[in-house]
Amino acid sequence: MTIRLEGFEGPLDLLLHLIKREELDIWNIPIAHITEQYLGYLQLMQDLNINVAGEWLVMAATLIYIKSRMLLPPEPVQESAEGEEQEDPRRELVYQLLEHQKFKNAAQMLYTREEVENAVWNSPPRELLEDEKEVVAVTLFDLLRAFHEVVKRFEAQSSMELDQDDVTIDQKLAEVRRLLMVHDSLAFSSFFTRTMSKRHLIVTFLALLELVRLREIWLYQEKAFEEIHITKSKPAGDTA
Amino acid sequence: MEIEELQPILEAIIYAADDPVRPEQLKEIFPDESYDKIETALQGLAEVFNARRGGMWIREIAGGYRMTTRPEHHEHVRAYLKTKPGAKLSMAALETLAVIAYRQPVTLAEILAIRGKKSTTALHTLLEKKLVVITGRKPVVGRPILYGTSKEFLVHFGLKDLSDLPTLEEFAQMAGELS
Repeated sequence: MTIRLEGFEGPLDLLLHLIKREELDIWNIPIAHITEQYLGYLQLMQDLNINVAGEWLVMAATLIYIKSRMLLPPEPVQESAEGEEQEDPRRELVYQLLEHQKFKNAAQMLYTREEVENAVWNSPPRELLEDEKEVVAVTLFDLLRAFHEVVKRFEAQSSMELDQDDVTIDQKLAEVRRLLMVHDSLAFSSFFTRTMSKRHLIVTFLALLELVRLREIWLYQEKAFEEIHITKSKPAGDTA
Repeated sequence: MEIEELQPILEAIIYAADDPVRPEQLKEIFPDESYDKIETALQGLAEVFNARRGGMWIREIAGGYRMTTRPEHHEHVRAYLKTKPGAKLSMAALETLAVIAYRQPVTLAEILAIRGKKSTTALHTLLEKKLVVITGRKPVVGRPILYGTSKEFLVHFGLKDLSDLPTLEEFAQMAGELS
Protein backbone atom coordinates (compact mmCIF):
# COMPACT_ATOMS: atom_id res chain seq x y z
CA MET A 1 0.00 0.00 0.00
CA THR A 2 1.28 3.43 -0.81
CA ILE A 3 0.22 6.68 0.79
CA ARG A 4 -0.45 9.56 -1.52
CA LEU A 5 0.66 12.94 -0.23
CA GLU A 6 -1.25 14.90 -2.83
CA GLY A 7 -3.33 17.59 -1.18
CA PHE A 8 -0.87 17.72 1.68
CA GLU A 9 2.25 19.75 1.96
CA GLY A 10 4.94 20.00 -0.67
CA PRO A 11 8.73 20.33 -0.74
CA LEU A 12 8.64 24.09 -0.11
CA ASP A 13 6.60 23.47 3.02
CA LEU A 14 9.17 20.99 4.26
CA LEU A 15 12.02 23.47 3.69
CA LEU A 16 10.11 26.24 5.50
CA HIS A 17 9.39 23.82 8.30
CA LEU A 18 13.07 22.93 8.63
CA ILE A 19 14.13 26.58 8.56
CA LYS A 20 11.63 27.46 11.28
CA ARG A 21 12.36 24.45 13.43
CA GLU A 22 16.10 25.00 13.37
CA GLU A 23 15.67 28.79 13.61
CA LEU A 24 17.82 29.34 10.56
CA ASP A 25 18.39 32.67 8.88
CA ILE A 26 16.46 32.46 5.64
CA TRP A 27 18.95 34.84 3.98
CA ASN A 28 21.85 32.62 4.93
CA ILE A 29 20.65 29.05 4.76
CA PRO A 30 23.33 26.47 5.55
CA ILE A 31 22.62 24.62 2.35
CA ALA A 32 24.67 21.49 3.07
CA HIS A 33 22.87 21.01 6.37
CA ILE A 34 19.41 21.65 4.97
CA THR A 35 20.05 19.36 1.98
CA GLU A 36 21.02 16.58 4.36
CA GLN A 37 17.87 17.11 6.41
CA TYR A 38 15.71 17.25 3.30
CA LEU A 39 17.14 14.03 1.89
CA GLY A 40 16.62 12.41 5.28
CA TYR A 41 12.91 13.21 5.13
CA LEU A 42 12.71 12.00 1.56
CA GLN A 43 14.27 8.70 2.61
CA LEU A 44 11.84 8.48 5.52
CA MET A 45 8.90 9.04 3.18
CA GLN A 46 10.13 6.33 0.87
CA ASP A 47 10.65 3.95 3.79
CA LEU A 48 7.07 4.60 4.84
CA ASN A 49 5.97 3.78 1.32
CA ILE A 50 4.69 7.28 0.71
CA ASN A 51 4.38 7.91 -2.98
CA VAL A 52 6.91 10.68 -3.50
CA ALA A 53 5.77 12.95 -6.30
CA GLY A 54 8.16 14.30 -8.92
CA GLU A 55 8.39 17.76 -7.38
CA TRP A 56 10.10 16.30 -4.29
CA LEU A 57 12.87 14.89 -6.45
CA VAL A 58 13.15 18.12 -8.43
CA MET A 59 13.70 20.00 -5.17
CA ALA A 60 16.29 17.46 -4.04
CA ALA A 61 18.16 17.97 -7.31
CA THR A 62 17.90 21.77 -6.92
CA LEU A 63 19.35 21.60 -3.40
CA ILE A 64 22.23 19.40 -4.49
CA TYR A 65 22.92 21.73 -7.40
CA ILE A 66 22.98 24.79 -5.13
CA LYS A 67 25.22 22.94 -2.71
CA SER A 68 27.71 22.11 -5.43
CA ARG A 69 27.72 25.68 -6.72
CA MET A 70 28.41 26.95 -3.21
CA LEU A 71 31.52 24.78 -3.14
CA LEU A 72 32.91 26.28 -6.33
CA PRO A 73 35.14 29.32 -5.97
CA PRO A 74 33.65 32.47 -7.50
CA GLU A 75 34.57 32.94 -11.12
CA PRO A 76 37.33 35.54 -11.18
CA VAL A 77 36.76 36.60 -14.80
CA GLN A 78 33.22 37.75 -14.25
CA GLU A 79 34.03 39.55 -11.06
CA SER A 80 36.84 41.62 -12.49
CA ALA A 81 35.04 42.40 -15.71
CA GLU A 82 31.75 43.52 -14.21
CA GLY A 83 32.91 44.54 -10.79
CA GLU A 84 29.65 43.15 -9.49
CA GLU A 85 29.12 40.86 -6.62
CA GLN A 86 28.48 37.36 -7.80
CA GLU A 87 24.93 36.21 -7.33
CA ASP A 88 24.29 33.93 -4.40
CA PRO A 89 23.27 30.52 -5.79
CA ARG A 90 20.66 30.29 -3.03
CA ARG A 91 18.93 33.51 -4.00
CA GLU A 92 16.31 32.10 -6.31
CA LEU A 93 15.33 29.42 -3.81
CA VAL A 94 15.06 32.00 -1.01
CA TYR A 95 12.73 34.14 -3.10
CA GLN A 96 10.67 31.11 -3.93
CA LEU A 97 10.43 30.23 -0.24
CA LEU A 98 9.46 33.77 0.75
CA GLU A 99 6.87 33.90 -2.02
CA HIS A 100 5.47 30.58 -0.89
CA GLN A 101 5.35 31.75 2.73
CA LYS A 102 3.47 34.88 1.63
CA PHE A 103 0.74 32.77 0.09
CA LYS A 104 0.70 30.46 3.10
CA ASN A 105 0.01 33.53 5.22
CA ALA A 106 -2.68 34.63 2.78
CA ALA A 107 -4.23 31.16 3.00
CA GLN A 108 -4.24 31.49 6.79
CA MET A 109 -6.10 34.78 6.43
CA LEU A 110 -8.69 33.09 4.20
CA TYR A 111 -8.99 30.33 6.78
CA THR A 112 -9.78 32.85 9.50
CA ARG A 113 -12.31 34.62 7.32
CA GLU A 114 -13.98 31.34 6.53
CA GLU A 115 -14.21 30.62 10.26
CA VAL A 116 -16.02 33.91 10.76
CA GLU A 117 -18.36 33.31 7.83
CA ASN A 118 -19.15 29.90 9.25
CA ALA A 119 -20.31 31.63 12.41
CA VAL A 120 -22.91 33.89 10.80
CA TRP A 121 -26.31 33.18 9.33
CA ASN A 122 -28.40 35.15 6.94
CA SER A 123 -32.13 34.86 6.47
CA PRO A 124 -33.08 31.18 6.19
CA PRO A 125 -32.21 29.86 2.76
CA ARG A 126 -35.15 28.66 0.78
CA GLU A 127 -33.42 25.46 -0.12
CA LEU A 128 -36.47 23.71 -1.37
CA LEU A 129 -37.12 25.80 -4.42
CA GLU A 130 -33.83 27.53 -4.95
CA ASP A 131 -32.75 28.53 -8.45
CA GLU A 132 -36.20 30.06 -8.88
CA LYS A 133 -37.61 26.88 -10.24
CA GLU A 134 -40.89 27.16 -12.00
CA VAL A 135 -43.53 25.35 -10.09
CA VAL A 136 -46.61 23.91 -11.68
CA ALA A 137 -49.87 23.48 -9.84
CA VAL A 138 -50.90 19.95 -9.06
CA THR A 139 -54.55 19.28 -9.70
CA LEU A 140 -56.60 16.52 -8.23
CA PHE A 141 -56.46 14.91 -11.66
CA ASP A 142 -52.69 14.87 -11.61
CA LEU A 143 -52.86 13.23 -8.25
CA LEU A 144 -55.35 10.63 -9.36
CA ARG A 145 -53.32 9.89 -12.45
CA ALA A 146 -50.18 9.49 -10.35
CA PHE A 147 -51.99 7.16 -8.00
CA HIS A 148 -53.43 5.23 -10.90
CA GLU A 149 -49.88 4.59 -12.12
CA VAL A 150 -48.87 3.37 -8.72
CA VAL A 151 -51.75 0.94 -8.66
CA LYS A 152 -51.00 -0.17 -12.22
CA ARG A 153 -47.39 -0.88 -11.26
CA PHE A 154 -48.61 -2.76 -8.24
CA GLU A 155 -50.89 -4.91 -10.31
CA ALA A 156 -48.23 -5.67 -12.86
CA GLN A 157 -45.69 -6.67 -10.27
CA SER A 158 -47.33 -8.64 -7.59
CA SER A 159 -49.93 -11.24 -7.56
CA MET A 160 -49.62 -11.95 -3.89
CA GLU A 161 -50.67 -9.78 -1.02
CA LEU A 162 -47.60 -9.95 1.15
CA ASP A 163 -48.57 -7.19 3.45
CA GLN A 164 -50.94 -8.36 6.09
CA ASP A 165 -50.91 -5.44 8.42
CA ASP A 166 -54.02 -3.42 8.90
CA VAL A 167 -52.73 0.07 8.65
CA THR A 168 -55.19 2.81 9.49
CA ILE A 169 -55.40 6.30 8.10
CA ASP A 170 -54.44 7.71 11.49
CA GLN A 171 -51.29 5.62 11.58
CA LYS A 172 -50.46 6.68 8.06
CA LEU A 173 -51.05 10.35 8.85
CA ALA A 174 -48.62 10.11 11.75
CA GLU A 175 -46.09 8.37 9.55
CA VAL A 176 -46.20 11.01 6.82
CA ARG A 177 -45.92 13.81 9.39
CA ARG A 178 -42.91 12.07 10.90
CA LEU A 179 -41.26 11.68 7.51
CA LEU A 180 -41.73 15.34 6.73
CA MET A 181 -40.07 16.34 9.97
CA VAL A 182 -36.91 14.77 8.60
CA HIS A 183 -37.22 15.52 4.90
CA ASP A 184 -37.95 18.85 3.30
CA SER A 185 -39.49 17.34 0.25
CA LEU A 186 -40.44 13.84 -0.78
CA ALA A 187 -41.47 12.36 -4.08
CA PHE A 188 -45.07 11.23 -4.29
CA SER A 189 -44.04 7.82 -5.56
CA SER A 190 -41.69 7.25 -2.61
CA PHE A 191 -44.72 6.78 -0.35
CA PHE A 192 -45.75 3.71 -2.24
CA THR A 193 -43.48 0.71 -2.03
CA ARG A 194 -43.72 -2.60 -3.77
CA THR A 195 -44.43 -4.62 -0.71
CA MET A 196 -47.56 -2.73 0.15
CA SER A 197 -50.91 -4.35 -0.21
CA LYS A 198 -53.47 -2.64 -2.39
CA ARG A 199 -55.33 -1.66 0.72
CA HIS A 200 -52.18 -0.16 2.15
CA LEU A 201 -51.68 1.83 -1.07
CA ILE A 202 -55.15 3.22 -0.88
CA VAL A 203 -54.83 4.14 2.78
CA THR A 204 -51.58 5.93 2.03
CA PHE A 205 -53.20 7.85 -0.79
CA LEU A 206 -56.14 8.85 1.35
CA ALA A 207 -53.81 9.98 4.12
CA LEU A 208 -51.97 12.24 1.69
CA LEU A 209 -55.26 13.67 0.44
CA GLU A 210 -56.34 14.35 3.98
CA LEU A 211 -53.09 16.20 4.75
CA VAL A 212 -53.54 18.32 1.62
CA ARG A 213 -57.05 19.16 2.77
CA LEU A 214 -55.73 20.12 6.21
CA ARG A 215 -53.07 22.23 4.48
CA GLU A 216 -50.36 20.41 6.31
CA ILE A 217 -48.64 19.39 3.14
CA TRP A 218 -48.32 20.96 -0.28
CA LEU A 219 -47.92 19.30 -3.61
CA TYR A 220 -45.99 20.68 -6.50
CA GLN A 221 -44.25 19.55 -9.65
CA GLU A 222 -41.42 21.18 -11.53
CA LYS A 223 -43.12 20.59 -14.87
CA ALA A 224 -46.58 19.52 -15.81
CA PHE A 225 -47.03 15.75 -15.80
CA GLU A 226 -43.77 15.16 -13.98
CA GLU A 227 -43.10 13.64 -10.60
CA ILE A 228 -45.23 15.16 -7.86
CA HIS A 229 -43.36 16.35 -4.79
CA ILE A 230 -44.68 16.66 -1.29
CA THR A 231 -43.48 19.38 1.03
CA LYS A 232 -44.43 20.82 4.39
CA SER A 233 -44.09 24.49 3.56
CA LYS A 234 -45.93 26.26 0.80
CA PRO A 235 -43.72 26.69 -2.25
CA ALA A 236 -43.88 29.83 -4.33
CA GLY A 237 -46.38 29.83 -7.13
CA ASP A 238 -49.74 28.17 -7.48
CA THR A 239 -50.10 24.82 -5.88
CA ALA A 240 -52.85 22.51 -5.02
CA MET B 1 -39.24 59.57 -1.85
CA GLU B 2 -37.45 60.74 1.25
CA ILE B 3 -34.41 58.76 2.35
CA GLU B 4 -36.18 58.11 5.65
CA GLU B 5 -39.05 56.50 3.74
CA LEU B 6 -36.73 54.54 1.51
CA GLN B 7 -34.59 53.03 4.25
CA PRO B 8 -37.18 50.77 5.94
CA ILE B 9 -38.04 49.33 2.52
CA LEU B 10 -34.38 48.68 1.78
CA GLU B 11 -34.01 47.04 5.17
CA ALA B 12 -36.92 44.73 4.39
CA ILE B 13 -35.46 43.83 0.99
CA ILE B 14 -32.02 43.12 2.44
CA TYR B 15 -33.59 40.88 5.06
CA ALA B 16 -35.67 38.94 2.55
CA ALA B 17 -33.00 38.66 -0.15
CA ASP B 18 -31.02 35.49 -0.71
CA ASP B 19 -28.00 37.30 -2.12
CA PRO B 20 -26.29 40.55 -1.21
CA VAL B 21 -28.48 43.42 -2.48
CA ARG B 22 -26.69 45.69 -4.93
CA PRO B 23 -27.69 49.34 -5.46
CA GLU B 24 -28.12 48.76 -9.20
CA GLN B 25 -30.74 46.10 -8.46
CA LEU B 26 -32.61 48.54 -6.25
CA LYS B 27 -32.44 51.18 -8.98
CA GLU B 28 -34.63 48.88 -11.08
CA ILE B 29 -37.27 48.87 -8.36
CA PHE B 30 -37.00 52.59 -7.71
CA PRO B 31 -36.54 54.06 -11.19
CA ASP B 32 -37.39 57.55 -9.96
CA GLU B 33 -34.64 57.60 -7.37
CA SER B 34 -31.06 58.37 -8.28
CA TYR B 35 -28.37 55.76 -7.90
CA ASP B 36 -26.48 58.05 -5.55
CA LYS B 37 -29.50 58.49 -3.35
CA ILE B 38 -30.03 54.74 -3.12
CA GLU B 39 -26.40 54.24 -2.24
CA THR B 40 -26.50 56.97 0.39
CA ALA B 41 -29.67 55.45 1.83
CA LEU B 42 -28.02 52.01 1.99
CA GLN B 43 -24.90 53.31 3.68
CA GLY B 44 -26.94 55.32 6.18
CA LEU B 45 -29.17 52.35 6.87
CA ALA B 46 -26.20 50.07 7.52
CA GLU B 47 -24.66 52.66 9.83
CA VAL B 48 -27.77 53.19 11.93
CA PHE B 49 -28.65 49.51 11.94
CA ASN B 50 -25.19 48.43 13.05
CA ALA B 51 -24.89 51.20 15.66
CA ARG B 52 -27.74 49.49 17.50
CA ARG B 53 -25.34 46.61 18.22
CA GLY B 54 -28.15 44.10 18.07
CA GLY B 55 -27.87 40.47 17.11
CA MET B 56 -27.85 41.24 13.40
CA TRP B 57 -25.68 43.44 11.26
CA ILE B 58 -25.76 44.72 7.71
CA ARG B 59 -22.53 44.06 5.90
CA GLU B 60 -21.10 44.96 2.53
CA ILE B 61 -20.41 41.76 0.67
CA ALA B 62 -19.65 41.17 -3.01
CA GLY B 63 -20.68 44.67 -4.02
CA GLY B 64 -23.98 44.52 -2.14
CA TYR B 65 -25.55 44.57 1.28
CA ARG B 66 -26.45 41.52 3.30
CA MET B 67 -27.99 41.07 6.72
CA THR B 68 -26.45 38.36 8.86
CA THR B 69 -26.26 37.43 12.49
CA ARG B 70 -23.21 38.71 14.32
CA PRO B 71 -20.42 36.11 14.54
CA GLU B 72 -20.06 36.58 18.31
CA HIS B 73 -23.43 34.90 18.81
CA HIS B 74 -22.52 31.81 16.84
CA GLU B 75 -22.39 29.43 19.80
CA HIS B 76 -25.94 30.12 20.87
CA VAL B 77 -27.35 30.23 17.36
CA ARG B 78 -25.65 26.95 16.56
CA ALA B 79 -26.89 25.39 19.79
CA TYR B 80 -30.44 26.41 18.90
CA LEU B 81 -30.22 25.30 15.27
CA LYS B 82 -28.41 22.13 16.32
CA THR B 83 -26.06 22.44 13.36
CA LYS B 84 -22.41 21.67 13.08
CA PRO B 85 -19.97 24.03 11.39
CA GLY B 86 -20.03 23.53 7.65
CA ALA B 87 -17.36 21.68 5.71
CA LYS B 88 -14.26 23.80 5.45
CA LEU B 89 -11.70 23.97 2.70
CA SER B 90 -8.44 22.07 3.10
CA MET B 91 -5.23 24.02 3.61
CA ALA B 92 -4.08 22.93 0.14
CA ALA B 93 -7.28 24.34 -1.36
CA LEU B 94 -6.93 27.57 0.62
CA GLU B 95 -3.32 28.02 -0.51
CA THR B 96 -4.26 27.44 -4.12
CA LEU B 97 -7.15 29.85 -3.71
CA ALA B 98 -4.82 32.47 -2.20
CA VAL B 99 -2.51 32.20 -5.22
CA ILE B 100 -5.46 32.55 -7.60
CA ALA B 101 -6.96 35.47 -5.65
CA TYR B 102 -3.74 37.48 -5.66
CA ARG B 103 -2.33 36.49 -9.03
CA GLN B 104 -5.46 36.31 -11.15
CA PRO B 105 -5.87 35.65 -13.96
CA VAL B 106 -3.43 32.81 -13.50
CA THR B 107 -2.64 29.49 -15.19
CA LEU B 108 -2.18 26.11 -13.55
CA ALA B 109 1.54 26.19 -14.43
CA GLU B 110 1.93 29.54 -12.66
CA ILE B 111 0.17 28.15 -9.59
CA LEU B 112 2.55 25.19 -9.66
CA ALA B 113 5.55 27.52 -9.81
CA ILE B 114 4.46 29.41 -6.70
CA ARG B 115 3.27 26.45 -4.65
CA GLY B 116 6.10 24.16 -5.76
CA LYS B 117 3.69 21.30 -6.11
CA LYS B 118 0.87 20.07 -8.26
CA SER B 119 -2.45 21.70 -7.43
CA THR B 120 -4.84 19.90 -9.74
CA THR B 121 -6.96 18.31 -7.02
CA ALA B 122 -7.24 21.54 -5.08
CA LEU B 123 -8.16 23.44 -8.24
CA HIS B 124 -10.90 20.93 -9.04
CA THR B 125 -12.37 21.34 -5.57
CA LEU B 126 -12.37 25.12 -5.99
CA LEU B 127 -14.01 24.92 -9.42
CA GLU B 128 -16.60 22.50 -8.06
CA LYS B 129 -17.44 24.83 -5.20
CA LYS B 130 -17.64 27.68 -7.74
CA LEU B 131 -15.12 29.75 -5.77
CA VAL B 132 -12.93 29.81 -8.86
CA VAL B 133 -13.99 30.27 -12.47
CA ILE B 134 -12.30 30.05 -15.83
CA THR B 135 -11.73 33.58 -17.06
CA GLY B 136 -10.20 32.86 -20.44
CA ARG B 137 -7.08 31.57 -22.10
CA LYS B 138 -3.62 33.04 -21.99
CA PRO B 139 -2.47 34.16 -25.45
CA VAL B 140 0.74 32.12 -25.34
CA VAL B 141 1.79 28.79 -26.84
CA GLY B 142 -0.73 26.10 -25.86
CA ARG B 143 -3.26 28.77 -24.86
CA PRO B 144 -3.44 27.59 -21.24
CA ILE B 145 -6.64 28.18 -19.26
CA LEU B 146 -6.71 31.21 -16.97
CA TYR B 147 -8.40 31.04 -13.59
CA GLY B 148 -9.83 33.76 -11.38
CA THR B 149 -12.03 34.10 -8.32
CA SER B 150 -15.82 34.29 -8.54
CA LYS B 151 -18.51 36.34 -6.85
CA GLU B 152 -19.14 33.27 -4.71
CA PHE B 153 -15.55 33.66 -3.45
CA LEU B 154 -16.38 37.13 -2.12
CA VAL B 155 -19.55 35.84 -0.46
CA HIS B 156 -17.83 32.79 1.02
CA PHE B 157 -15.14 34.88 2.68
CA GLY B 158 -17.34 37.87 3.48
CA LEU B 159 -15.46 40.28 1.24
CA LYS B 160 -16.81 43.54 -0.15
CA ASP B 161 -14.65 43.24 -3.25
CA LEU B 162 -11.15 42.06 -4.14
CA SER B 163 -9.60 45.27 -2.82
CA ASP B 164 -11.02 44.27 0.57
CA LEU B 165 -8.27 41.64 0.77
CA PRO B 166 -5.13 42.65 2.66
CA THR B 167 -2.27 43.39 0.27
CA LEU B 168 0.33 40.75 -0.38
CA GLU B 169 2.95 43.15 0.99
CA GLU B 170 1.44 42.72 4.43
CA PHE B 171 2.06 39.01 4.15
CA ALA B 172 5.57 39.66 2.81
CA GLN B 173 6.43 41.41 6.05
CA MET B 174 5.19 38.41 7.99
CA ALA B 175 7.23 36.13 5.71
CA GLY B 176 10.32 38.30 6.24
CA GLU B 177 9.98 37.80 9.98
CA LEU B 178 10.67 34.15 9.28
CA SER B 179 14.37 34.82 9.54
